[in-house]
Order: sequence, then C-alpha cells, then structure tokens
Amino acid sequence: MIDAKRRTLLKGSLGVSAIGVAVSAGLLMPGAVLANWPKAAFEATDTDAALSELLGSDAIKNSDLVKIKAPDIAENGAVVPVTVESDAPGAQSISIIAAGNNTPLIASFDLGADAVPFVSTRIKMAETADVIAVVRTEDGILRAAQEVKVTIGGCGG
Amino acid sequence: MSNIRIRANARDGVTTVRAIMNHEMETGQRKDKDTGEPIPAHFIQEVTAKWNDEVVMTGLWSSGVSKNPYLSFMFNGGEKGDTVEITWVDNKGESETGTAEIS
Repeated sequence: MIDAKRRTLLKGSLGVSAIGVAVSAGLLMPGAVLANWPKAAFEATDTDAALSELLGSDAIKNSDLVKIKAPDIAENGAVVPVTVESDAPGAQSISIIAAGNNTPLIASFDLGADAVPFVSTRIKMAETADVIAVVRTEDGILRAAQEVKVTIGGCGG
Repeated sequence: MSNIRIRANARDGVTTVRAIMNHEMETGQRKDKDTGEPIPAHFIQEVTAKWNDEVVMTGLWSSGVSKNPYLSFMFNGGEKGDTVEITWVDNKGESETGTAEIS
C-alpha cells in the first residue's frame, strides 16, 4: 500500500518537472526570435522615455511634413483608427504613440527601400490624449500630434 | 489555413495593401470577470510584410494595437500576380503567415 502511494507520488513529480521544462523552453523562444523588439521602449511609462529608448535620441522637431489622421472624438477607446503619412524625404520609420496610455508607445514601423511612408492601423486609447506620430528621416526625427477625445477608454476592464 | 485576410491593389505604380489579422491583443491589464484573475498578456509583437522576396515593412507592436489588428501600408512597384506575404509573431512565439496576389 505504502509502496503504491510512493510510486504515484514519484510519477506525479516527474510529470510536473517535464511540464516545467517545456514551459521554460517555450518562454525562451520568443526572446530568441524577436531580438529586435525594443522592450524598454514599449515598457516605458512616459512618451519622452519611450521615444528616447526607441530612437536613441531626444532631438525631435515638430513638422508639417508629418501628417496624422485620427478622429477628433473616439466613442470607443478600444478601436481608434490612426493614419500617418509623411512628405519628408528619406523616411526610415514611423512610430505611433498614445500619450495618455500606461505605456504610450503603440507601434513602430521600419520602412523598407520601396515602402511609401504611409501606415494606417487601429489603436487602443485609455483616455483623452494626444496621438503622436514620429517619423525618422535621414535629416532628423520629426513629429506631429493630434488630440483625440475618448468617451470610453479601451485599455482596462 | 491562415487567419490573415489580405487585399493588395496596384495602381499607377503603387501597391496598397490592407490586412486584418485575428488576434486577441490581450494587454495583461484586464482581469477575468468571474475569477478575478489577471488575464495574461498575449499580443502580436512583430509583423513582417513582403512583396515577393523583398521586405517592404516591419512593424514592432505593443498590446496597444486594437484586437483583431487592421494594417494598411503602401509600396512603390508591384504588378498584377505578384505576391504579398504578411507574417506575425506574438509574445508566446506563435506565428501566422498569409499571402495574397496583387490585383
């Protein structure tokens, strides 16, 4: 009787450790695959820190060459359409920020050689705040902002 | 079967792509209504868009992109019959790829 119990216990603990190994192997994988994902920038809790982590520079100028299209009022903060375009020559990346979110950096797009500096997506906004578009060009980093009034926030629950 | 729906249209030398991906885009900040347990973050981190074999755009995302993400982008070039391929990888290492022909 005692023997049988011991056996079950042993079996059980073996099973658990096998799962543990599988889980840690699974957790290691994304890091290895996504070496480029800028964790510190995405986890930064204010806009300036996020941008300086992402772009490695604080020298950002307001510019008419960055155009941002977003609604003035968003009834549902969970789905706010945002479109960013740029006329600046040599655009290399487009980043989108919701300044009022816990972690403001939403997305950053690296543009290939043939990409048109244009991106359109839908973002979550926690509260009324500026949506900021940042475009890195060969001549510097440019930005534009537009306030979006959010009726119902779209981050928590 | 892919869960990425892609449309690509070429016009005057520019191809416009529109895509919708099925993904929860869970922030990790929400709690389960019944158990009160936090729902773990689960979101797409990287999206790669290719025209034939050329990478035209790479998107790095947080969970601040809306559920079932919509993405539109454009590139110079592209002809009817060329392939547009979109691949995403999420924070759990899961991945999906979808393709479409330019029309």
